[in-house]
Amino acid sequence: MAVLIGGRRARSMPAGRSLWSDARHRFFKNRAAVASLAVLVLVACFAAFGGLAAQWSNEDIDWAVLGDVATMGRPSLETGHWFGTDELGRDLFARVVQGTQISLMVGIVGALISVVVGTVYGAIAGYFGGRLDSVMMRIVDILMSVPYMFVLILLLVIFGRSVFMLFVGIGLISWLDMARIARGQTLTIKHREYVEAALAIGVGPFTIIRRHIIPNLLGVVIVYATLLVPNMIIYESFISFLGLGVQEPMTSWGALISDGASTMQYGTLWQIGFPLFFFTVTLFAFFFIGDGLRDALDPKDR
Amino acid sequence: MVFYVIRRLLVAIPTILVLIVLSFLMMHYAPGGPWTSERAFPQAVIDALNAKYGLDEPLWKQVASYVWNIVAHFDFGPSLYYKDRSVSELIAQGFPVTLTYGFWSFVVAVLVGGSLGIAAAVWHNSWLDYLAVGISIGAQVLPNFVMAPILVLVFTLWLGWLPGGGWQGGALPYVVMPVIALSTSFMASIARITRSSMLEVLNAGFIRTARAKGLPMRRIVLRHALKPALLPVISYLGPAFVGMITGSVVIDIYFSTGGIGQYFVNSALNRDYFVIMGVTILTGALTVLFNLVVDILYAWIDPKIRY
Amino acid sequence: MTLNTVLRATAATLVLGTGAAAFAADPQPGETLADSQTFAYRLLDEVPTMDPQLNEDVSGSNVQRDLFEGLMNQDAEGNLVPGVATGYTTSDENRTYVFTLREDAKWSNGEPVTAGDFVYAWRRAIDPATASPYAWFVEMTTMANASKILAGELPPEELGVEAVDDHTLKVTLEESIPYFAAMTTTSTLFPAPQAVIEEYGSEWTRPGNIVSNGAYVLSEHVPNEYHKRVKNPEYWDADNVHITEVTGLVINDVNQALTRYLAGELDMIEPLPVGQFPELKEKYPDQATSVPRLCNYYYTFNMTDTANPAIADERVRRAMSYAIDRDVIVNAVLKGGQAPAYIFTPPFTAGFDAPAPAYEGMTQKERDAEAVRLIEEAGYGKDNPLTLRLIYNTDENHKKIATVMAQMWKQKLGISVTMQNFEWKTFLEIRKNQEFDVARGAWCGDYNEASTFLQLMVSDNSQNDGRYANEQVDALMLESKTMEDPNPNYAEVETILEEDVPVIPVYHYANVFMLNSAIKGWPYENVENNWYSKDFYKVAE
Repeated sequence: MAVLIGGRRARSMPAGRSLWSDARHRFFKNRAAVASLAVLVLVACFAAFGGLAAQWSNEDIDWAVLGDVATMGRPSLETGHWFGTDELGRDLFARVVQGTQISLMVGIVGALISVVVGTVYGAIAGYFGGRLDSVMMRIVDILMSVPYMFVLILLLVIFGRSVFMLFVGIGLISWLDMARIARGQTLTIKHREYVEAALAIGVGPFTIIRRHIIPNLLGVVIVYATLLVPNMIIYESFISFLGLGVQEPMTSWGALISDGASTMQYGTLWQIGFPLFFFTVTLFAFFFIGDGLRDALDPKDR
Repeated sequence: MVFYVIRRLLVAIPTILVLIVLSFLMMHYAPGGPWTSERAFPQAVIDALNAKYGLDEPLWKQVASYVWNIVAHFDFGPSLYYKDRSVSELIAQGFPVTLTYGFWSFVVAVLVGGSLGIAAAVWHNSWLDYLAVGISIGAQVLPNFVMAPILVLVFTLWLGWLPGGGWQGGALPYVVMPVIALSTSFMASIARITRSSMLEVLNAGFIRTARAKGLPMRRIVLRHALKPALLPVISYLGPAFVGMITGSVVIDIYFSTGGIGQYFVNSALNRDYFVIMGVTILTGALTVLFNLVVDILYAWIDPKIRY
Repeated sequence: MTLNTVLRATAATLVLGTGAAAFAADPQPGETLADSQTFAYRLLDEVPTMDPQLNEDVSGSNVQRDLFEGLMNQDAEGNLVPGVATGYTTSDENRTYVFTLREDAKWSNGEPVTAGDFVYAWRRAIDPATASPYAWFVEMTTMANASKILAGELPPEELGVEAVDDHTLKVTLEESIPYFAAMTTTSTLFPAPQAVIEEYGSEWTRPGNIVSNGAYVLSEHVPNEYHKRVKNPEYWDADNVHITEVTGLVINDVNQALTRYLAGELDMIEPLPVGQFPELKEKYPDQATSVPRLCNYYYTFNMTDTANPAIADERVRRAMSYAIDRDVIVNAVLKGGQAPAYIFTPPFTAGFDAPAPAYEGMTQKERDAEAVRLIEEAGYGKDNPLTLRLIYNTDENHKKIATVMAQMWKQKLGISVTMQNFEWKTFLEIRKNQEFDVARGAWCGDYNEASTFLQLMVSDNSQNDGRYANEQVDALMLESKTMEDPNPNYAEVETILEEDVPVIPVYHYANVFMLNSAIKGWPYENVENNWYSKDFYKVAE
């Protein structure tokens, strides 16, 4: 609340605040974004501490349920399976908790790699243009043209399967789009007056990229990054769907949703419902946060 | 401009060559080979197979003769898995399918997504905005491997309106579900990118001036704001199109459409070397082509960009 | 590798009977044929090839049995019945076979099917230039010179098969193979139309080009979507063929296949989604079916020194085998009528006297107690937990079974299992290199006789990925090849397997499928699951 009030005051204050603290104040004025942040914190808490509340471990089979999941495996307070069980009688609550951990990690790490590598790469290519741009974008072309599933299959196959390889695999591919977008934006930004002015007074290219290009890219980059987190999660699920994701007994939202989707016509809707709920809520949260950030960071909105 | 296009196309050649060599190497270092099977074949059989398909040659020679056959005869080799088919034949059969549903998905995604995004931006913070946002997230929440079985359950089993799969040369009832399943997530992305960049443009000085002058909103949007607002969308289109073609894996799996999407996974799993190469080259060429188109569009929309 | 006991009876009748009426199902009294005689079924994947000599998989065999006809066919029980051949005689202790071909057999272009078409096809199958992955099958028949031709040392013309005249085919084998006639039901040994293959090369199997001698001709084929085969009017027994059109639809996803079956787009799907059989059986009792199938499902121990040293201890292996509650796997996970397995060979294998191992008779509680005792005796157990690496290939079914087994070991024996799944080819490579402690395995019989399974336990067998080696087993299996009745040897091998526990038998397969109740003539009793569309007919509902 204090921050919020501070934000309002900031409006009336004369200039002299940094772009970022100004942005922070405006972000916290956006109710949807703040609510989403709260939701995200809750989901993160669920991932971090949900395990303490679970009555079962994520890998133990409830033998009493196995064989009759459709009736015995329903969500119930008595059995301790609050979210019901999966097809093998394993506690879905514990599995969703554990899946949330993996998925959030994959989503955030994947998006981080993508944002950092992609933005810097794209900005450099776009800013310098010419031969450097050509070479850098050809590299992106080549990497993009390799069917990504194939790359992943090979990576996971040659180096063995681990969560780390999953990050590397996803990270390797995810920054490519971002590099394209960043480059496209840089092409327009670099002809803006302030860049040309900075150039005229002899500011070095990397300083320009850091001080002028990248901050001005952020609006689009952040919007795209909020698309990326869920995309990474979907990506991971697609890999799980093809059987190349995290190894059993570990799981992820994607794997849970994909398992749930394959049984939804047989009356065990909770198996898709719970993971999908967390997935949806998190997605909405990321969206509104991204939106709030966009509004907050948009330098033209002053 | 013409010179630029020609130069870019020429650059594409080494790009694709690098791609060929890279894929070839990766392929050969993967464990297992095309003849790995549950029943271990006798060595004589494996030798005969390797001899027939030229896999007994040193790797560099294989690459060289592969490239030579493409250049000299436009021959992409045989499929090692579908033994009575050639790669060209498989692609010639599957690509038009993928292209058809990919194209329509693309059109739907751009039109619906674009309109949603613009409407959301113009009526920022209205119920329309929220609805558009809700729809676009909803569309993204359902991965296409969830959406596809739901569509079939609803439209085939319950309502009985549409066939549950197949392609039949692209007859309309067979195209509907693949297009819905493929376009939604791209539609959502496009809607959000359009909305975001449209908002940015609407806040720009020249639009504010136009507004201050009392120009009607419709004219402002269509005449002044649309073009600059589409820039980020255009840079998303290239990856989106290729993404759609690769995303067709799920479409082909669930709707038995027979497109080339399935080869991305199947050819790698079957170690069908020449099909992997063929598909890689095809997507490679498409990417190069699409990036070129995107860059040209860029230049056309933003005259400040010079090549 | 002997089938004598199984086939002796059949062979005798065949030699006597000269062109007795072929097997074909006909409507029973009270049944009326439906107007539309079509049959549509699901294919998991596109058929890799329509070429009978190049074929190497089950889905391809199903298609080729319709398109082509070999010397012999199988009936609904899996017995041999005449195909293109009306009968045969053997001499020289089953080293020489002379088949008599029917005179009215025709290719779909009206040309007669001659002995020369078989000679051409068989030479083609073994010719290294053809590079058929199933060339080994010709080699396995021990047809004269087959091995040398495959190795490139002799030309294909030297193969031990000759056309005495247009309707007499003489086959010379190097060894005594009493079941050779049964082998001719395999697509590798189907005839091939030389003129067409020479005209079109690898494109000869395209609709329009293809000429076949079976009950059907390929009329449409779109890879990865569907293919259609229509009745061949030139087929010699065309009058008794009821189904006029067979469609194979490629549907990768098993749930999708079920949905489309329920929507009426298909007449047969196989298999069913794991665990759904009981519900389907309740809702559609006349459509959901489960019949035994000649396959086993097992886990093999790595018997080499690349495994965890504990595996070398027979007590550990036995404890792990005992701790698996097979009834849970069969009744609570698979739920498709599979049979729990305590021995390697399916007990319904023809002629096989299945021994009943002691642990089969125990209750699971007794087995569990014994398992705990054994593992503690070996020095492991919950205080000193073992860590083992289990590998399986990517599949929903395998994942479930591996998960359940790992839990059983963990909860009962304190073994912590690292589960790893790999895509198929990588899995095979890893298993072949013994980079595991326990690995999934399964085997479907090439023919209905116990040796097809037990060969896997012979030390130099290339499928023996656990590298189990027992001289006694090797000797017994070698001896069985020349025995009048090899079944006592098979039973003895099973007993040794029970003592050594190199594998954990888990279950014996069942074929679980949905079949449109209007389709009659399905060969439920054929444990090899070989079906011929020409034997079906559709009744009006």
